[in-house]
Amino acid sequence: MFKIIHAEFLAPGIKRFVIEAPRIARKQKPGQFVIVRIYEEGERIPVTIENSDPERGTINIVVQAAGKTTNLLNSLNTGDSILDVVGPLGKPSEIANYGTAVVVGGGVGTAMAYPTAAALKKAGNRVISIVGARNKELVILEKEMRAVSDAVLITTDDGSYADKGFVTDKLRQLIDNGTRIDLVVAVGPIVMMKAVSELTRKEKIRTVVSLNPIMIDGTGMCGGCRVMIDGKSEFACVDGPEFDGHKVDFGVLIQRNSMYREAEQQSMEEFKRKQEAEHACQVEGALR
Amino acid sequence: MTTTAKKSLNPVPIKERMKIPRQAMPEQAPLERAHNFEEVNLGYSAELARQEAQRCLECAKATCSDSWPVGVKVTEFVELIVAGKFLEAAAKIREDNVLPAITGRVCPQEDHCEGKCLLGKKVKPLGIGYLERFVADYEQRMGTHVLPTVAPTGKKVAIVGSGPSGLTCAGDLIQKGHKVRVFEALHELGGVLVYGIPEFRLPKRIIREQLDYMREMGVEFETDVVVGRTVTIDELMEEEGFDAVYIGTGAGLPQFMNIPGEHLNGVYSANEFLTRINLMKAYKFPVYDEPMLNLHGKNVAVIGGGNTALDAIRSALRLGAGKAYVIYRRSEAEMPARIEEVHHAQQEGIDFQMLTAPVEFLSDGKGWLTGARCVRMELGEPDASGRRRPVPIQGSEFDLPLSVAVMAIGTTANPIVQTTTPGLGTNKRGYIVASEETQRTTRKGVFAGGDIVTGAATVILAMGAGRRAAKSIHQYLTTGEW
Repeated sequence: MFKIIHAEFLAPGIKRFVIEAPRIARKQKPGQFVIVRIYEEGERIPVTIENSDPERGTINIVVQAAGKTTNLLNSLNTGDSILDVVGPLGKPSEIANYGTAVVVGGGVGTAMAYPTAAALKKAGNRVISIVGARNKELVILEKEMRAVSDAVLITTDDGSYADKGFVTDKLRQLIDNGTRIDLVVAVGPIVMMKAVSELTRKEKIRTVVSLNPIMIDGTGMCGGCRVMIDGKSEFACVDGPEFDGHKVDFGVLIQRNSMYREAEQQSMEEFKRKQEAEHACQVEGALR
Repeated sequence: MTTTAKKSLNPVPIKERMKIPRQAMPEQAPLERAHNFEEVNLGYSAELARQEAQRCLECAKATCSDSWPVGVKVTEFVELIVAGKFLEAAAKIREDNVLPAITGRVCPQEDHCEGKCLLGKKVKPLGIGYLERFVADYEQRMGTHVLPTVAPTGKKVAIVGSGPSGLTCAGDLIQKGHKVRVFEALHELGGVLVYGIPEFRLPKRIIREQLDYMREMGVEFETDVVVGRTVTIDELMEEEGFDAVYIGTGAGLPQFMNIPGEHLNGVYSANEFLTRINLMKAYKFPVYDEPMLNLHGKNVAVIGGGNTALDAIRSALRLGAGKAYVIYRRSEAEMPARIEEVHHAQQEGIDFQMLTAPVEFLSDGKGWLTGARCVRMELGEPDASGRRRPVPIQGSEFDLPLSVAVMAIGTTANPIVQTTTPGLGTNKRGYIVASEETQRTTRKGVFAGGDIVTGAATVILAMGAGRRAAKSIHQYLTTGEW
């Protein structure tokens, strides 16, 4: 059992948990993730590590509610526990002094991009961060990103905060302004990472993306997380999760991530029905 | 029991013993069991066990024991069964094998003890596996384990992986008085015994019972630790005070054929397919959350001819598959699976497409599998493995409609421990180099065995390595010599 020391919403549907996990806290490096299982009948899902505190023996994870498991996870609070937390998994980000690094975080991907940005800054890079979200409410970790970046550029799809547009618009502007970029790191929705990679391919800028395929064990045993890299099969959990964005077959990733859509919808609908029923009971109880 | 000449407890004259037929294992009817996950074999009754045990010729030179990777004293425990001393028989087995309820169920006995049984030269060999299972289950029902008492040595051993190799090593070491802690990457203990081997062949309760017994003996377990990531071998030794480490991390990354269409939705590795079903209990969806493609009435094929392949396809059948195929590129004679599993699968209605291999997976154009283009093979000259090499027959291509295909064609070495342990020697294929005799690696105090050394093999071979490792770890810890 892994105890939740603190839980808070960063945005609607996006929650940060500080979890007691001393072994993981000691070893966590930027780019790595954990797999969690909430209860006995639960599935195993990969989750982003946003930060860790080796002294306190805690890690911070950030979860966006999407399906049943992430919704359940986000219903947990300070003092609750998570049955299993295993990690840190995956290879750490390759941190070096590249020169100028642009770190792109899309939506909840910003939480995964943050430790990498911090490490790149510490390694001597000039770090320009681009944070994108659907709207103002969903922009997360702005303060944290500012603390580790030389500049932070923000876009929202609907223009409700900062500049209206997509992260690729900002990246395009940087390139057009003649900014010398040595490395781009992009973490976010698949379509965003694909768009960033297509843009930088033309400009021949080294680009690293962090993939989040379906995963079970996270140690290389099951092969469920296989992705196509340069026409070859690789496993995101042991060979990744970071890969050269110019070599990733994003089409295959999108297709494979849709494999259980029906079952996921079924789970989600049943979960919602249950919640509504519980809510109705509570209301009824309150009325009585 | 000693080996000196003494009157046998078996009342049947030697000459008469060969006339007793091998007692059949009671099993669930094929058509019934093909639709449930209950165990296929039901186990001997005490009566059947004693009758079967009476067949043993009690050879002076017991080749059955020599060919058993952990060296169980077969004639001795079998004689105790004849005498009805079932608990003593169980204790006799436990002297050499800490997991008899498991090996009695999943070992390829035909390749080891039963394969060397003298009876087998004339009639059917002694049912050693069935007898082993019987006494282990009997002991469990009686609930009277005898716990060995030993003086603590003050030495600490870390075991990496809670599969058959690690558990055997842990069981042997705790009985020598060492402190033993087993680290497991998954949330459940047992390794391949829980994520790989299905309920109908090895019920999970059997593994839990074995684990409880080990806990009683004092073995400590820690789940959710991926050694190499969560903690390294060096940290275990330098910071956590372990005097020796045994690496038994098991099978590695699943292999694929690298043919077109292997990334289609509906193509699984056997490890993933079985993990979803066995470990994550996807067959109980939506009670359990892990999803599985709906197999009801669908055509499912497994590619490969080993135990894993049969476990996967028989699971698919139990999940409602309409047609269930085994596609294997050689003939039945070369299939590496246990004979009993092949027979069981045939009885259950699995369609064996022998001398056949897929060359491409076909798609509906939207990313989903619709079939496999296959080619028929013939056997040519022997290859490096000594088996005749399958050669494609020109123009024999045909399409097999499929909704799900499961690749069970082997694994490659998992790199996590090797790449995070400086100085740990590996071979060309990335497996850990360890002495066949002592299981010592190139790092002082670090031992390794099982699939992470040999590549994919069987439960009993992994256990044999765990046993040899325990012996040499004990020697190292008591003498300090490397």
